[in-house]
Amino acid sequence: MSNTAMMEFPGVTAPQGLPRLLGPGGADLPEHLRTHGPLPHQGALIEEIEAAGLTGRGGAGFPTAVKLAAVARQPGSKVAVGNGAESEPASHKDKQLLWLAPHLVLDGLQLAAAAVGARRACLYLHRHDQLRRRLTDALAERAAAGWDRVAVELVTAPPRFLAGEESALASRIGGGLARPRFKRPPVYERGAGGAPTLVQNVETLAHLALIARHGAPWFRQVGTAAEPGSVIVTAHRADGVTVVREVPAGLPLGGLLGRAPAQAVLVGGYHGTWIPVQQAARLPLANAALRPLGAAVGAGVLAALPPDRCGLAETARVLRYLAAESAGQCGPCLNGLPRIATAFAVLARPGADRRCLDDLERWAGLVTGRGACHHPDGTVRLVRSALAAFSAETGRHLRGRCAADPAAAPFLPVPGSGYAAPSARRDWR
Amino acid sequence: MDTYLRVDPTACSGHGLCAELLPERITLDEWGYPIISAEPISPALRAHARRAVTDCPALALLLERTG
Repeated sequence: MSNTAMMEFPGVTAPQGLPRLLGPGGADLPEHLRTHGPLPHQGALIEEIEAAGLTGRGGAGFPTAVKLAAVARQPGSKVAVGNGAESEPASHKDKQLLWLAPHLVLDGLQLAAAAVGARRACLYLHRHDQLRRRLTDALAERAAAGWDRVAVELVTAPPRFLAGEESALASRIGGGLARPRFKRPPVYERGAGGAPTLVQNVETLAHLALIARHGAPWFRQVGTAAEPGSVIVTAHRADGVTVVREVPAGLPLGGLLGRAPAQAVLVGGYHGTWIPVQQAARLPLANAALRPLGAAVGAGVLAALPPDRCGLAETARVLRYLAAESAGQCGPCLNGLPRIATAFAVLARPGADRRCLDDLERWAGLVTGRGACHHPDGTVRLVRSALAAFSAETGRHLRGRCAADPAAAPFLPVPGSGYAAPSARRDWR
Repeated sequence: MDTYLRVDPTACSGHGLCAELLPERITLDEWGYPIISAEPISPALRAHARRAVTDCPALALLLERTG
Protein backbone atom coordinates (compact mmCIF):
# COMPACT_ATOMS: atom_id res chain seq x y z
CA MET A 1 0.00 0.00 0.00
CA SER A 2 2.71 2.42 0.91
CA ASN A 3 4.64 1.60 -2.28
CA THR A 4 1.68 2.52 -4.46
CA ALA A 5 1.22 5.72 -2.60
CA MET A 6 4.91 6.55 -2.77
CA MET A 7 4.62 6.30 -6.57
CA GLU A 8 1.86 8.85 -6.43
CA PHE A 9 4.03 11.05 -4.26
CA PRO A 10 7.51 10.62 -5.66
CA GLY A 11 8.79 13.72 -3.86
CA VAL A 12 8.49 12.14 -0.43
CA THR A 13 11.86 11.50 1.17
CA ALA A 14 12.95 11.18 4.78
CA PRO A 15 13.89 14.58 6.19
CA GLN A 16 17.66 14.99 6.35
CA GLY A 17 18.94 16.98 9.30
CA LEU A 18 16.64 19.16 11.38
CA PRO A 19 13.92 20.19 11.79
CA ARG A 20 12.00 16.98 11.34
CA LEU A 21 8.80 17.92 13.13
CA LEU A 22 8.74 21.70 12.96
CA GLY A 23 9.66 22.05 9.29
CA PRO A 24 7.36 23.45 6.59
CA GLY A 25 4.81 21.29 4.84
CA GLY A 26 2.15 20.75 7.46
CA ALA A 27 -0.33 23.46 6.61
CA ASP A 28 -3.12 21.17 5.39
CA LEU A 29 -3.69 17.53 4.56
CA PRO A 30 -2.64 17.68 0.85
CA GLU A 31 0.57 19.49 1.78
CA HIS A 32 1.17 17.06 4.64
CA LEU A 33 0.69 14.18 2.20
CA ARG A 34 3.16 15.70 -0.28
CA THR A 35 5.71 16.24 2.48
CA HIS A 36 5.39 13.04 4.47
CA GLY A 37 3.42 10.59 2.36
CA PRO A 38 0.46 8.49 3.47
CA LEU A 39 -0.07 6.70 6.76
CA PRO A 40 2.07 3.58 6.80
CA HIS A 41 -0.41 1.15 8.38
CA GLN A 42 1.80 -1.89 8.09
CA GLY A 43 4.74 -3.53 9.78
CA ALA A 44 5.56 -4.17 13.40
CA LEU A 45 5.39 -0.65 14.80
CA ILE A 46 6.20 -1.49 18.43
CA GLU A 47 9.40 -3.33 17.42
CA GLU A 48 10.41 -0.42 15.19
CA ILE A 49 9.80 2.09 18.00
CA GLU A 50 11.85 -0.07 20.35
CA ALA A 51 14.71 -0.21 17.85
CA ALA A 52 14.48 3.57 17.44
CA GLY A 53 14.83 4.05 21.20
CA LEU A 54 12.08 6.66 21.28
CA THR A 55 11.27 7.97 24.75
CA GLY A 56 8.33 10.07 25.95
CA ARG A 57 8.72 13.80 25.33
CA GLY A 58 6.15 14.88 27.91
CA GLY A 59 8.49 14.89 30.89
CA ALA A 60 9.03 11.43 32.31
CA GLY A 61 11.11 10.17 29.37
CA PHE A 62 9.70 6.66 29.62
CA PRO A 63 10.50 4.25 26.73
CA THR A 64 7.58 4.54 24.30
CA ALA A 65 7.75 0.93 23.10
CA VAL A 66 7.42 -0.38 26.67
CA LYS A 67 4.27 1.68 27.18
CA LEU A 68 2.82 0.63 23.83
CA ALA A 69 3.49 -3.04 24.58
CA ALA A 70 1.98 -2.75 28.09
CA VAL A 71 -1.29 -1.40 26.70
CA ALA A 72 -1.29 -3.77 23.72
CA ARG A 73 -1.14 -6.72 26.14
CA GLN A 74 -4.29 -5.64 27.99
CA PRO A 75 -7.60 -7.30 27.15
CA GLY A 76 -10.82 -5.56 26.24
CA SER A 77 -11.69 -2.12 24.95
CA LYS A 78 -8.80 0.36 25.08
CA VAL A 79 -8.24 4.08 24.72
CA ALA A 80 -5.34 5.97 23.11
CA VAL A 81 -4.76 9.59 24.06
CA GLY A 82 -2.44 12.20 22.62
CA ASN A 83 -1.43 14.49 25.47
CA GLY A 84 -1.21 18.13 24.42
CA ALA A 85 -2.33 19.61 27.73
CA GLU A 86 1.01 21.41 28.12
CA SER A 87 -0.11 22.82 31.41
CA GLU A 88 3.29 24.19 32.38
CA PRO A 89 3.20 27.99 31.88
CA ALA A 90 6.82 28.06 30.66
CA SER A 91 6.34 25.41 27.95
CA HIS A 92 5.14 26.19 24.43
CA LYS A 93 6.54 23.36 22.35
CA ASP A 94 3.39 21.21 22.20
CA LYS A 95 1.20 24.14 21.14
CA GLN A 96 3.79 25.09 18.52
CA LEU A 97 3.99 21.54 17.18
CA LEU A 98 0.20 21.12 17.08
CA TRP A 99 -0.09 24.41 15.25
CA LEU A 100 2.64 23.70 12.67
CA ALA A 101 2.17 19.95 12.17
CA PRO A 102 -1.25 18.85 13.38
CA HIS A 103 -1.39 15.98 10.89
CA LEU A 104 1.90 14.53 12.04
CA VAL A 105 0.55 14.31 15.60
CA LEU A 106 -2.78 12.91 14.38
CA ASP A 107 -0.93 10.35 12.23
CA GLY A 108 1.01 9.26 15.31
CA LEU A 109 -2.20 8.95 17.30
CA GLN A 110 -3.79 6.75 14.60
CA LEU A 111 -0.71 4.53 14.40
CA ALA A 112 -0.39 4.24 18.18
CA ALA A 113 -4.10 3.47 18.56
CA ALA A 114 -3.80 0.74 15.92
CA ALA A 115 -0.65 -0.68 17.51
CA VAL A 116 -2.29 -1.13 20.93
CA GLY A 117 -5.74 -2.06 19.56
CA ALA A 118 -7.55 1.03 20.87
CA ARG A 119 -11.07 1.64 19.59
CA ARG A 120 -11.27 5.09 21.13
CA ALA A 121 -8.81 7.89 20.44
CA CYS A 122 -8.67 11.33 22.01
CA LEU A 123 -6.52 14.39 21.66
CA TYR A 124 -6.25 16.20 24.98
CA LEU A 125 -5.63 19.87 24.31
CA HIS A 126 -4.50 22.95 26.15
CA ARG A 127 -7.40 25.39 26.47
CA HIS A 128 -6.79 27.62 23.47
CA ASP A 129 -9.60 28.53 21.05
CA GLN A 130 -7.45 29.02 17.94
CA LEU A 131 -5.57 25.79 18.50
CA ARG A 132 -8.82 23.89 18.99
CA ARG A 133 -10.18 25.31 15.70
CA ARG A 134 -6.96 24.30 13.94
CA LEU A 135 -7.33 20.72 15.19
CA THR A 136 -11.07 20.63 14.47
CA ASP A 137 -10.32 21.65 10.87
CA ALA A 138 -7.51 19.11 10.57
CA LEU A 139 -9.78 16.32 11.81
CA ALA A 140 -12.51 17.39 9.38
CA GLU A 141 -10.01 17.24 6.49
CA ARG A 142 -8.97 13.75 7.53
CA ALA A 143 -12.57 12.58 7.91
CA ALA A 144 -13.42 13.91 4.43
CA ALA A 145 -10.41 12.09 2.96
CA GLY A 146 -11.21 8.87 4.85
CA TRP A 147 -7.72 9.09 6.32
CA ASP A 148 -8.44 7.87 9.89
CA ARG A 149 -9.48 4.41 11.06
CA VAL A 150 -10.51 5.62 14.52
CA ALA A 151 -12.42 8.87 14.99
CA VAL A 152 -10.58 11.29 17.25
CA GLU A 153 -12.35 13.27 19.98
CA LEU A 154 -10.92 16.60 21.08
CA VAL A 155 -10.99 17.03 24.84
CA THR A 156 -9.96 20.34 26.40
CA ALA A 157 -7.81 20.26 29.52
CA PRO A 158 -8.63 22.71 32.31
CA PRO A 159 -5.85 25.28 32.77
CA ARG A 160 -4.36 23.51 35.76
CA PHE A 161 -0.67 22.70 36.23
CA LEU A 162 -1.47 19.04 36.94
CA ALA A 163 -4.13 18.58 34.24
CA GLY A 164 -1.68 16.81 31.93
CA GLU A 165 -0.46 14.34 34.53
CA GLU A 166 -1.22 10.89 33.16
CA SER A 167 -3.81 9.81 35.74
CA ALA A 168 -5.43 13.28 35.79
CA LEU A 169 -5.74 13.07 32.01
CA ALA A 170 -7.25 9.58 32.25
CA SER A 171 -9.79 10.82 34.78
CA ARG A 172 -10.76 13.79 32.58
CA ILE A 173 -11.03 11.66 29.42
CA GLY A 174 -13.28 9.33 31.44
CA GLY A 175 -15.57 12.26 32.21
CA GLY A 176 -14.20 13.03 35.68
CA LEU A 177 -12.06 15.79 37.14
CA ALA A 178 -8.55 16.36 35.80
CA ARG A 179 -6.94 15.50 39.12
CA PRO A 180 -4.23 12.89 39.65
CA ARG A 181 -5.19 9.67 41.32
CA PHE A 182 -3.45 6.91 43.22
CA LYS A 183 -1.92 4.75 40.49
CA ARG A 184 -2.86 1.28 41.63
CA PRO A 185 -3.66 -0.22 39.20
CA PRO A 186 -1.67 1.87 36.69
CA VAL A 187 -3.30 3.88 33.89
CA TYR A 188 -2.17 1.38 31.24
CA GLU A 189 -4.33 -1.22 33.00
CA ARG A 190 -7.16 0.96 34.25
CA GLY A 191 -7.36 4.48 32.89
CA ALA A 192 -10.09 6.47 31.14
CA GLY A 193 -13.47 5.09 32.16
CA GLY A 194 -11.69 2.04 33.59
CA ALA A 195 -10.25 1.02 30.20
CA PRO A 196 -6.57 0.34 29.62
CA THR A 197 -5.27 3.68 28.38
CA LEU A 198 -2.25 4.69 26.34
CA VAL A 199 -1.10 8.22 27.06
CA GLN A 200 1.58 9.70 24.80
CA ASN A 201 2.75 13.27 24.59
CA VAL A 202 1.95 14.86 21.21
CA GLU A 203 5.63 15.32 20.32
CA THR A 204 6.22 11.63 21.03
CA LEU A 205 3.38 10.80 18.63
CA ALA A 206 4.83 13.02 15.91
CA HIS A 207 8.20 11.26 16.21
CA LEU A 208 6.36 7.94 16.10
CA ALA A 209 4.62 8.95 12.86
CA LEU A 210 7.98 9.62 11.23
CA ILE A 211 9.67 6.48 12.59
CA ALA A 212 6.80 4.45 11.12
CA ARG A 213 7.60 5.98 7.72
CA HIS A 214 11.38 6.18 7.71
CA GLY A 215 12.48 3.55 10.23
CA ALA A 216 14.59 3.30 13.35
CA PRO A 217 18.02 3.83 11.71
CA TRP A 218 16.80 7.11 10.24
CA PHE A 219 15.54 8.26 13.66
CA ARG A 220 18.93 7.47 15.19
CA GLN A 221 20.82 9.62 12.69
CA VAL A 222 20.58 12.50 15.17
CA GLY A 223 20.90 12.54 18.95
CA THR A 224 23.10 10.31 21.09
CA ALA A 225 23.30 6.52 21.07
CA ALA A 226 21.57 6.35 24.47
CA GLU A 227 19.09 9.15 23.75
CA PRO A 228 18.44 9.18 20.03
CA GLY A 229 16.41 11.59 17.95
CA SER A 230 15.50 15.22 18.19
CA VAL A 231 13.83 17.09 21.04
CA ILE A 232 11.69 20.20 20.90
CA VAL A 233 12.68 22.68 23.57
CA THR A 234 11.19 25.90 24.86
CA ALA A 235 14.14 28.12 25.76
CA HIS A 236 13.64 31.32 27.74
CA ARG A 237 16.83 33.22 26.98
CA ALA A 238 18.30 35.78 29.34
CA ASP A 239 17.74 38.52 26.74
CA GLY A 240 14.02 38.04 27.26
CA VAL A 241 13.40 36.15 24.00
CA THR A 242 11.60 32.80 24.18
CA VAL A 243 12.30 30.35 21.37
CA VAL A 244 10.84 26.96 20.49
CA ARG A 245 13.43 24.89 18.64
CA GLU A 246 13.87 21.32 17.55
CA VAL A 247 17.41 20.23 18.37
CA PRO A 248 19.35 16.97 18.47
CA ALA A 249 19.31 15.28 21.87
CA GLY A 250 22.71 15.82 23.47
CA LEU A 251 23.23 19.38 22.21
CA PRO A 252 25.13 21.48 24.79
CA LEU A 253 22.68 23.71 26.64
CA GLY A 254 24.91 26.71 25.98
CA GLY A 255 23.95 26.51 22.31
CA LEU A 256 20.31 27.02 23.18
CA LEU A 257 20.49 29.94 25.52
CA GLY A 258 21.84 32.76 23.36
CA ARG A 259 24.73 35.06 24.15
CA ALA A 260 23.19 37.28 26.81
CA PRO A 261 24.87 36.82 30.21
CA ALA A 262 22.98 34.69 32.71
CA GLN A 263 23.55 33.51 36.27
CA ALA A 264 21.72 30.16 36.37
CA VAL A 265 19.66 27.90 34.15
CA LEU A 266 16.42 26.24 35.14
CA VAL A 267 16.45 22.85 33.42
CA GLY A 268 13.25 20.83 33.07
CA GLY A 269 10.68 23.46 33.94
CA TYR A 270 8.91 24.16 37.23
CA HIS A 271 9.48 20.66 38.54
CA GLY A 272 13.05 21.04 37.38
CA THR A 273 16.49 21.97 38.60
CA TRP A 274 18.43 25.22 38.87
CA ILE A 275 22.03 24.82 37.73
CA PRO A 276 24.68 27.60 37.88
CA VAL A 277 25.28 28.85 34.34
CA GLN A 278 29.01 27.98 34.12
CA GLN A 279 28.11 24.36 34.76
CA ALA A 280 24.87 24.33 32.76
CA ALA A 281 26.28 25.80 29.53
CA ARG A 282 28.56 22.80 29.01
CA LEU A 283 25.97 20.16 29.88
CA PRO A 284 24.38 18.25 27.04
CA LEU A 285 20.60 18.11 26.70
CA ALA A 286 20.60 14.46 27.74
CA ASN A 287 19.36 12.67 30.82
CA ALA A 288 22.54 10.61 31.09
CA ALA A 289 24.48 13.80 31.89
CA LEU A 290 21.72 15.60 33.79
CA ARG A 291 20.64 12.75 36.06
CA PRO A 292 23.77 12.78 38.29
CA LEU A 293 22.90 16.43 39.07
CA GLY A 294 19.34 15.49 39.99
CA ALA A 295 18.12 17.09 36.77
CA ALA A 296 16.31 15.82 33.67
CA VAL A 297 15.39 17.04 30.20
CA GLY A 298 11.73 16.77 31.23
CA ALA A 299 9.48 18.46 28.70
CA GLY A 300 12.41 20.47 27.33
CA VAL A 301 11.84 23.74 29.20
CA LEU A 302 14.99 25.81 29.78
CA ALA A 303 15.25 29.24 31.33
CA ALA A 304 18.44 31.29 31.63
CA LEU A 305 18.06 33.76 34.48
CA PRO A 306 19.56 37.21 33.76
CA PRO A 307 22.19 38.47 36.23
CA ASP A 308 20.02 41.34 37.51
CA ARG A 309 17.22 39.08 38.81
CA CYS A 310 16.97 37.43 42.22
CA GLY A 311 16.86 33.65 41.81
CA LEU A 312 15.22 33.30 45.21
CA ALA A 313 12.44 35.75 44.38
CA GLU A 314 11.89 34.03 40.99
CA THR A 315 11.67 30.64 42.68
CA ALA A 316 9.34 32.00 45.36
CA ARG A 317 6.87 33.21 42.70
CA VAL A 318 6.89 29.82 41.00
CA LEU A 319 6.46 28.03 44.34
CA ARG A 320 3.45 30.14 45.24
CA TYR A 321 1.89 29.11 41.92
CA LEU A 322 2.81 25.43 42.39
CA ALA A 323 1.35 25.41 45.91
CA ALA A 324 -1.88 26.97 44.63
CA GLU A 325 -2.02 24.30 41.91
CA SER A 326 -1.94 21.37 44.34
CA ALA A 327 -5.01 19.25 43.70
CA GLY A 328 -5.51 19.29 47.47
CA GLN A 329 -6.12 15.57 47.66
CA CYS A 330 -3.05 14.36 49.54
CA GLY A 331 -2.45 15.62 53.09
CA PRO A 332 1.31 16.16 52.78
CA CYS A 333 0.93 18.20 49.56
CA LEU A 334 -2.13 20.12 50.78
CA ASN A 335 -0.37 21.08 54.02
CA GLY A 336 3.25 21.10 52.99
CA LEU A 337 3.35 23.03 49.72
CA PRO A 338 1.74 26.25 50.99
CA ARG A 339 4.10 26.19 53.99
CA ILE A 340 7.10 25.60 51.73
CA ALA A 341 6.00 28.44 49.46
CA THR A 342 5.50 30.79 52.40
CA ALA A 343 8.87 29.96 53.98
CA PHE A 344 10.53 30.48 50.60
CA ALA A 345 8.78 33.84 50.20
CA VAL A 346 10.30 34.84 53.55
CA LEU A 347 13.72 33.74 52.32
CA ALA A 348 13.23 35.70 49.10
CA ARG A 349 13.15 38.97 51.05
CA PRO A 350 16.39 40.55 52.32
CA GLY A 351 16.54 40.28 56.08
CA ALA A 352 15.14 36.75 56.16
CA ASP A 353 15.46 34.83 59.40
CA ARG A 354 17.70 31.76 59.22
CA ARG A 355 14.90 29.63 60.70
CA CYS A 356 13.04 29.62 57.39
CA LEU A 357 15.85 27.41 56.03
CA ASP A 358 15.25 24.82 58.76
CA ASP A 359 11.52 24.89 58.04
CA LEU A 360 12.14 24.45 54.33
CA GLU A 361 14.42 21.48 54.90
CA ARG A 362 11.99 19.79 57.29
CA TRP A 363 8.93 20.29 55.08
CA ALA A 364 10.81 19.30 51.94
CA GLY A 365 11.70 16.03 53.62
CA LEU A 366 8.14 15.53 54.85
CA VAL A 367 6.34 15.89 51.52
CA THR A 368 8.81 13.95 49.33
CA GLY A 369 7.42 10.70 47.97
CA ARG A 370 4.09 11.12 49.74
CA GLY A 371 1.79 12.33 46.97
CA ALA A 372 -0.32 10.32 44.55
CA CYS A 373 1.56 12.20 41.81
CA HIS A 374 5.00 13.75 41.48
CA HIS A 375 3.87 17.28 42.37
CA PRO A 376 5.43 17.37 45.86
CA ASP A 377 8.64 15.69 44.62
CA GLY A 378 8.99 18.07 41.68
CA THR A 379 8.35 21.07 43.90
CA VAL A 380 11.01 19.92 46.35
CA ARG A 381 13.47 19.44 43.48
CA LEU A 382 12.98 23.09 42.55
CA VAL A 383 13.39 24.21 46.18
CA ARG A 384 16.55 22.22 46.88
CA SER A 385 18.21 23.15 43.60
CA ALA A 386 17.42 26.84 44.17
CA LEU A 387 18.99 26.71 47.63
CA ALA A 388 22.11 25.13 46.11
CA ALA A 389 22.39 27.32 43.00
CA PHE A 390 21.58 30.56 44.83
CA SER A 391 23.48 29.85 48.05
CA ALA A 392 25.46 33.11 47.79
CA GLU A 393 22.23 35.04 47.34
CA THR A 394 20.72 33.18 50.33
CA GLY A 395 23.68 34.34 52.45
CA ARG A 396 23.12 37.94 51.30
CA HIS A 397 19.41 37.77 52.14
CA LEU A 398 20.20 36.52 55.65
CA ARG A 399 22.51 39.54 56.05
CA GLY A 400 19.79 41.88 54.85
CA ARG A 401 20.99 42.42 51.29
CA CYS A 402 20.07 41.34 47.74
CA ALA A 403 22.19 41.49 44.60
CA ALA A 404 19.28 41.91 42.19
CA ASP A 405 17.94 45.07 40.64
CA PRO A 406 14.78 45.81 42.66
CA ALA A 407 13.21 47.48 39.59
CA ALA A 408 13.71 44.48 37.26
CA ALA A 409 10.51 42.83 36.05
CA PRO A 410 9.76 39.23 37.05
CA PHE A 411 11.37 36.78 34.62
CA LEU A 412 9.78 33.33 34.82
CA PRO A 413 6.23 33.22 33.48
CA VAL A 414 3.46 32.36 35.92
CA PRO A 415 -0.23 33.05 35.25
CA GLY A 416 -0.85 36.69 36.04
CA SER A 417 -3.99 38.78 36.05
CA GLY A 418 -7.11 36.68 35.83
CA TYR A 419 -5.43 33.73 37.50
CA ALA A 420 -7.51 32.06 40.17
CA ALA A 421 -6.30 29.09 42.16
CA PRO A 422 -8.55 26.04 41.84
CA SER A 423 -11.14 26.11 44.58
CA ALA A 424 -14.13 24.16 43.30
CA ARG A 425 -14.75 20.98 41.36
CA ARG A 426 -15.61 22.94 38.23
CA ASP A 427 -12.05 24.33 38.18
CA TRP A 428 -10.85 20.82 37.31
CA ARG A 429 -13.14 20.26 34.32
CA MET B 1 7.98 -12.33 48.67
CA ASP B 2 7.67 -9.41 51.12
CA THR B 3 4.60 -7.58 52.29
CA TYR B 4 4.53 -3.80 52.51
CA LEU B 5 2.03 -1.32 53.83
CA ARG B 6 0.99 1.45 51.45
CA VAL B 7 -1.30 4.39 51.83
CA ASP B 8 -3.47 5.86 49.10
CA PRO B 9 -2.73 9.51 49.93
CA THR B 10 -5.79 10.73 48.00
CA ALA B 11 -8.07 8.63 50.22
CA CYS B 12 -6.32 9.26 53.53
CA SER B 13 -7.90 12.02 55.59
CA GLY B 14 -5.54 11.82 58.54
CA HIS B 15 -7.67 10.06 61.15
CA GLY B 16 -4.45 8.66 62.60
CA LEU B 17 -5.92 5.34 63.72
CA CYS B 18 -3.28 3.39 61.80
CA ALA B 19 -0.45 4.91 63.83
CA GLU B 20 -2.15 3.76 67.03
CA LEU B 21 -2.68 0.25 65.72
CA LEU B 22 0.77 -0.20 64.20
CA PRO B 23 3.22 2.20 65.86
CA GLU B 24 6.06 -0.15 64.86
CA ARG B 25 5.67 0.91 61.21
CA ILE B 26 3.52 4.04 61.16
CA THR B 27 4.10 7.47 62.68
CA LEU B 28 2.17 10.68 62.03
CA ASP B 29 3.63 13.82 60.49
CA GLU B 30 3.06 17.26 62.00
CA TRP B 31 -0.27 17.50 60.15
CA GLY B 32 -1.56 14.12 61.31
CA TYR B 33 -0.91 12.12 58.12
CA PRO B 34 0.79 8.73 58.28
CA ILE B 35 4.46 8.22 57.51
CA ILE B 36 4.92 4.57 56.68
CA SER B 37 8.23 2.84 57.21
CA ALA B 38 9.83 1.42 54.09
CA GLU B 39 10.59 -1.85 55.90
CA PRO B 40 8.54 -4.91 54.99
CA ILE B 41 5.92 -6.16 57.41
CA SER B 42 7.40 -9.06 59.40
CA PRO B 43 5.22 -12.13 59.98
CA ALA B 44 4.94 -11.13 63.65
CA LEU B 45 3.36 -7.81 62.65
CA ARG B 46 1.10 -9.14 59.92
CA ALA B 47 -2.02 -9.49 62.06
CA HIS B 48 -1.66 -5.93 63.37
CA ALA B 49 -1.06 -4.62 59.88
CA ARG B 50 -4.18 -6.36 58.59
CA ARG B 51 -6.19 -4.85 61.41
CA ALA B 52 -4.86 -1.37 60.56
CA VAL B 53 -5.93 -1.93 56.95
CA THR B 54 -9.45 -3.09 57.77
CA ASP B 55 -10.00 -0.49 60.50
CA CYS B 56 -8.88 2.55 58.49
CA PRO B 57 -12.01 4.75 58.39
CA ALA B 58 -11.03 6.07 54.94
CA LEU B 59 -10.04 2.64 53.56
CA ALA B 60 -6.78 4.28 52.54
CA LEU B 61 -4.35 1.58 53.67
CA LEU B 62 -3.41 -1.48 51.71
CA LEU B 63 -1.02 -4.39 52.01
CA GLU B 64 1.03 -5.10 48.91
CA ARG B 65 3.11 -8.11 48.12
CA THR B 66 6.19 -7.57 45.99
CA GLY B 67 9.22 -9.63 45.19
